[in-house]
Amino acid sequence: MNSMENRAAIVGIGVTDFSKDSQRTELYMTCQCIKEALDDAGLTPEDVDGLVKQTDDATDEHAVTSSMGMGNLTYFGECRWGAAPSAMIMRAAMGVAAGVANYIVVYRAVNGSSKRRMVASMRASGQMSTSDLLQWTFHAPFGHMSNAGRVAMIVRRYMHEFGVNSDQFGWVPIACREHGARNPNGMFYEKPLNFEDYLKSKMVVEPLRRLDYYEEADAAAALVVTTRERAKDLRQRPVYVLSAAQDMLAETEELTSYYRPSISSLLEIGKVGNKIFAMAGVAPKDINCVQLDDSYGPLVPMQLEELGFCKPGEGTDFCKGGDRITLGGELPLNTSGGSLGEGHIHGMNHLIEAVRQIRGTSTAQVKDAELVLVASGAGGPASGLILGGKS
Amino acid sequence: MSMVYDSEYPVPMPPIIWDNMGFWEGIKRHELVFQRCKECGTWLHPPRPVCPKCRSLEKEWARSTGKGTVYSWVTYLESAHPSFKAPYSVVLVEMEEGVRLVSNMVDISPQEISIGMPVEVVFDDIAEGLTLPKFRKAG
Repeated sequence: MNSMENRAAIVGIGVTDFSKDSQRTELYMTCQCIKEALDDAGLTPEDVDGLVKQTDDATDEHAVTSSMGMGNLTYFGECRWGAAPSAMIMRAAMGVAAGVANYIVVYRAVNGSSKRRMVASMRASGQMSTSDLLQWTFHAPFGHMSNAGRVAMIVRRYMHEFGVNSDQFGWVPIACREHGARNPNGMFYEKPLNFEDYLKSKMVVEPLRRLDYYEEADAAAALVVTTRERAKDLRQRPVYVLSAAQDMLAETEELTSYYRPSISSLLEIGKVGNKIFAMAGVAPKDINCVQLDDSYGPLVPMQLEELGFCKPGEGTDFCKGGDRITLGGELPLNTSGGSLGEGHIHGMNHLIEAVRQIRGTSTAQVKDAELVLVASGAGGPASGLILGGKS
Repeated sequence: MSMVYDSEYPVPMPPIIWDNMGFWEGIKRHELVFQRCKECGTWLHPPRPVCPKCRSLEKEWARSTGKGTVYSWVTYLESAHPSFKAPYSVVLVEMEEGVRLVSNMVDISPQEISIGMPVEVVFDDIAEGLTLPKFRKAG
């Protein structure tokens, strides 16, 4: 048996408002949502003995323990890149399964809208990792410097190989905004989008339009993870981590995996999908809704293909018209709005929403949702998980 | 049409480290070179300390034919950095040796670029101490 298989549960969630300017520090927002997540679970900061953060997060663990009065941390760790959200839950689930901690808080706070972006400022100050240097050396002198541009290179090749027109990518942001329009906590409440709006959206890095990528946000989220057994004694209906996995290959780069035989598929997502379906003992047809990485909308059809919801090259057809991927359809996508329709906090809101769906508390609730899949890190190192209402 | 630079803002210099130095030294001499494994002959780009195929540490900088095809491309309609005037295109070129390289095209409009287009390397001395390998449509 894989040690990740159905050993842990998410028992508390907390999330701040999404805004263009939080007027708060990341530490403040972190404490705010951890407090909410612990209250939600019926736990106190004294109960917490583990923390998992995103590597680039501005808030260090010791700042959290000091602020929150957590006196007994026996486990702390980090996860990187867009793959972090699901991987952080995996890390926490491993921690409680191994018994090194009992109640682990996973957190992430970003002032992604009001503050200069972390990555840009790291590069400006010359603090780069070796892998960043490799990317930067061969891309920056040619003006290939935005993440949207990096993704656009992959998207163009995908369009070429499968005969896709860039207009067909519109149904993903439209679906996310339809769900986001129902979510009063997000940035697009009562602001849906139609296909004409999408077509009018300006091209920023051809073939990507402005509406093809995330909306920068200031917000924070936290989740509490414990063992399946402990979860039963807490305040909320436990949401079980039925499976979780990470994947990275020899030629994986963050958004620029340009040097392998094919760049028109998200291989890491596919491998994650194989693992999490097998581990949870379920198939794509069993999944009630998905929370996929919509930092870049055109990568969503590719994720649907890799995860087995449709065949290679059929992702845009699957999304066409939006019926399948919106509430009432066979596979509602990003039901809180996600990065395109709620706000971009690097995929943390996707985890929160997956928990809400199983609890039955989403603003775009899928009837009797019992199995929800989350994917993190499209176009680079990836992770994913399947949450379930029954252990 | 080629890349237009804003002279007030220096082009970001490529960070040169020990692993990629040979590439940029070649470019300075107007030679496009890639890493090639001395043991198994695998061409490598981006450069790496170890050959991922046979794990040899022994590599050489070998001259490319300079010929390839456009594998993918994008057009920045909003500049990603003030030194580059939009619109400009970035291409991913697949070289005859099998490796791929991010670059720019010269003497061509973005509308004329297409996947599969044959291209050949040219060297653009864009600033004091900075030469870049770029590509033009091949005959």
